[in-house]
Amino acid sequence: MEGKIRVLVAKPGLDGHDRGAKVVARALRDAGMEVIYTGLHQTAEMIVNTALQEDVDVVGLSLLSGAHMTLFRDVTKILKERDMIDVLVVGGGIIPEEDVPGLKEAGVNGVFGPGTPLEDIVTFIKENVKR
Amino acid sequence: MKDLAERVMRGEQRAIARLITHAENSSPIAAEAMGRLHSSSGRAQVIGITGVMGAGKSTLIAEIAMEYRRKGRTVGIIAIDPTSPFSGGALLGDRIRMMSITSDPEIFIRSMGTRGMLGGLTGAVYDVVEILDAAGKDVIIVETVGVGQAEVDIIKIADTTVVVTVPGLGDSIQAFKAGIMEIADIFVVNKADRPGFERIMAELSSMVEISHMPGERGVPIVPTVAKEQEGVSELVDEIDAHQAFLKQSTAFEEHRRRRYEAELVEIVRKRLMNLIFDESVFKERIEKLVERIYAKETDPYSAAQEILTTVLK
Repeated sequence: MEGKIRVLVAKPGLDGHDRGAKVVARALRDAGMEVIYTGLHQTAEMIVNTALQEDVDVVGLSLLSGAHMTLFRDVTKILKERDMIDVLVVGGGIIPEEDVPGLKEAGVNGVFGPGTPLEDIVTFIKENVKR
Repeated sequence: MKDLAERVMRGEQRAIARLITHAENSSPIAAEAMGRLHSSSGRAQVIGITGVMGAGKSTLIAEIAMEYRRKGRTVGIIAIDPTSPFSGGALLGDRIRMMSITSDPEIFIRSMGTRGMLGGLTGAVYDVVEILDAAGKDVIIVETVGVGQAEVDIIKIADTTVVVTVPGLGDSIQAFKAGIMEIADIFVVNKADRPGFERIMAELSSMVEISHMPGERGVPIVPTVAKEQEGVSELVDEIDAHQAFLKQSTAFEEHRRRRYEAELVEIVRKRLMNLIFDESVFKERIEKLVERIYAKETDPYSAAQEILTTVLK
């Protein structure tokens, strides 16, 4: 029996910059994970719906617009409402240092800013996946 | 978790999603639950969509799904993308084109990697069809990988197989070699607003005409522009007409038997492979045999026979 780590890489909100998300998606694939990429302009509701149907172990959110405090929190809130507490949530983008504690408190387990080596993200996911 | 099968039959999304994961991982939980689901499956209409890469299959599927929703029917979608043979990972991107339908709770979409299977499908696809069927989905649409030349396995699952192509591929017959031609119950020429449309329609019609046997059902060719929702309701009519045609004869039952046969063979294949290649006893044995083959003490055929004799004992 062989389980693969399944990851949803999603871009919430109105931010159209998906280069980073695509680079991370490829890195995760090359690390042997199954990556579901959904494209731009997802609502928090859509992201959680997709995470549910795809039964992912990880939700990766990418946002460069500055709205991460609102949108990342929306996603973690709906995940909790749906009782999907065994899903690891990670986020990346232009996220100021001072926002990190607030995001972690809201249930974003890992936050990765610009310049993070891809291996760090892969390692974090492999070590923290909840099932 | 012990009522997984029951929760699936009640149509609970979480349970459906989780059981699919178990099936993909060939877990014993899946085997138990699948056994219980079998008697309540077999009701759904299964549609296979195959064709060359970039033909617009995902976009078309989203439109077909919406058309069925307008008719009041629920939909399950299985979208398959290739697993990298090098890393074992996969980038599953079919949902990008299905965004318009992700908010409908009556449409369940699951993306799957091929995980080493050839033929455009994935080993667990039979299970996933049964799961969505038992969960009450009226229509199940299976999208194959899209390499275009070796995806004939879809006919083992689908009641109706739709082969999608587009204008401007150059020699379109080339794109249909190696059996892909014969599997079509319906042809779709998508992106029909593009240059080269008349040419491909003419080529396809003459091809369909040549291979048409008297008394057989003709293969319709449906032009669509999926992005503009053009031709989609005509396509759905053709799919339903084909389904009705099957049900008039024994063809429908034959299709179903063929699917169960393929599923049975797949389960046995998977278990045998696991038995031989995952059990540590055999692993050591295989390593030793490879050494002996390398040293020319035996040959690959004799070594293979040795393994098979032990397994079948």
